[in-house]
Amino acid sequence: MSIPFYVAPEQLVRDKAEFARKGIARGRSIVAVDYAEGVLLLAENPSTALHKISEVYDRIAFAGVGKYNEFETLRKAGIRQADLMGYLYSRDDVTAMGLATAFAQTLGMIFTRDPKPFEVEILLAEISEDGNEHRLFRVTYDGTLFDERKYVAIGGKAEQLMEALSELWTEEMTLKQAFDAGVEAFSRAEGRESEGWEVAVLDGGNGRRSFRRLSPDEVGTS
Amino acid sequence: MIEKPLGPLPLDAPVPGSSFTDLLESLGTGPEIIIPPGTQLPSVPEGTTVLALRYDGGVVMAGDRRATEGHLVAHKRIRKVFAADLYSAVAVAGVAGLAMDMVKLFQVELEHYEKIEGLRLSLEGKASFLARLVRSQLPMAIQGLVVVPLFAGYDEREARGRVYTYDVVGGRYEETEFGSTGSGSSLAKAYLRTAYRDDLGSEGAMATAVNALVAASSEDTATGGPDLKRGILPNVVRIDADGFFELDDEAIYPLAEHAVENIR
Repeated sequence: MSIPFYVAPEQLVRDKAEFARKGIARGRSIVAVDYAEGVLLLAENPSTALHKISEVYDRIAFAGVGKYNEFETLRKAGIRQADLMGYLYSRDDVTAMGLATAFAQTLGMIFTRDPKPFEVEILLAEISEDGNEHRLFRVTYDGTLFDERKYVAIGGKAEQLMEALSELWTEEMTLKQAFDAGVEAFSRAEGRESEGWEVAVLDGGNGRRSFRRLSPDEVGTS
Repeated sequence: MIEKPLGPLPLDAPVPGSSFTDLLESLGTGPEIIIPPGTQLPSVPEGTTVLALRYDGGVVMAGDRRATEGHLVAHKRIRKVFAADLYSAVAVAGVAGLAMDMVKLFQVELEHYEKIEGLRLSLEGKASFLARLVRSQLPMAIQGLVVVPLFAGYDEREARGRVYTYDVVGGRYEETEFGSTGSGSSLAKAYLRTAYRDDLGSEGAMATAVNALVAASSEDTATGGPDLKRGILPNVVRIDADGFFELDDEAIYPLAEHAVENIR
């Protein structure tokens, strides 16, 4: 039997964190911005087939950055969890808070137990039934859970995006204004033209399933 | 050895991983229940007549509101016609408790697939899946707890309405004009055979559907006719290229009134 080399836990955690951060920094970022009737999710995504933003439940949306297969695994697990809870209890018993906690616990366990952590960052958005109250959650690769207000960004350029949004965001924006603010934040953070947008909203006016994918042109005319 | 999934999220799913029913089964809470043979079953409420018919541009589905328990009326305002998803509807006849559960599972299944895969199932795919749910009830059906659904929807790929009927073992049959299931179905179909025309518009199809239910209720005691005084009206839905649409009571009332006056 071979004896493994001793590595100090501090070193191990630092190495894993650095590894995960590097992986996440390689990918493009995503922002979620509050507007009057809901939440706008905006991702820089040249692909129209592979989505980074998705519906999880009636009033909950998911977005992930980093390694595609890893956040896709988490996305599907989140949908399973939500549908199971809603089926066994009631549709009202599925909340973004509950899901965000489950994502945090799962990512935390993977970070400590697996040799390779997930190189992902997760965003969950939720609107209330009337569309007036919005909640945003961010979960990092090590399972840390953040409760955010007004706007949130995930991915390599998250800090720069948050900084730009702090100047651009105002109360009671229309969808168009929120979209323009998001686009402007991206252009400031990245310092270049976008290669394509993936746009989705959770909007109180959409009925029970409030999630809708939009094309950038649709946002422009709404 | 199978490793337990990490954390509280169901990261692992049975292959192919997009079915909610498979997920439930893998957790031991699937729809299948085995009743030991020879068990005395209690009498339970049963839903009665539902029907669907095609028209140029879509389908109309309707159901009466009665559930019976033996010779008694168990419920006066039960609902037997449901939206399955944006482009399809499902109606059920038979043991009400099991039927409601089947509908709920079917609805979650379709939405679950759509969210996981990012695409809606084809109408054919939805109909096939419903057949599987019916077949999973076979042990119950043999004991006398029968549920037979009716499925209709708008086929987005072929741009037309389609109607599917089922039998107790999960056999699935596509109907060219109309379909019906439940105690009054033969009476409803007898009416539809003479009243159905190829050129029924959506309005005509909805009126014909209500007429057929009233025709069934005039002979079958288990089918509830419209009760205009109490405001008990049939459920009528329409599915076309714009998706699922349910008529409200104000729209159904004149149809029911007309049917009650004109069907002998």
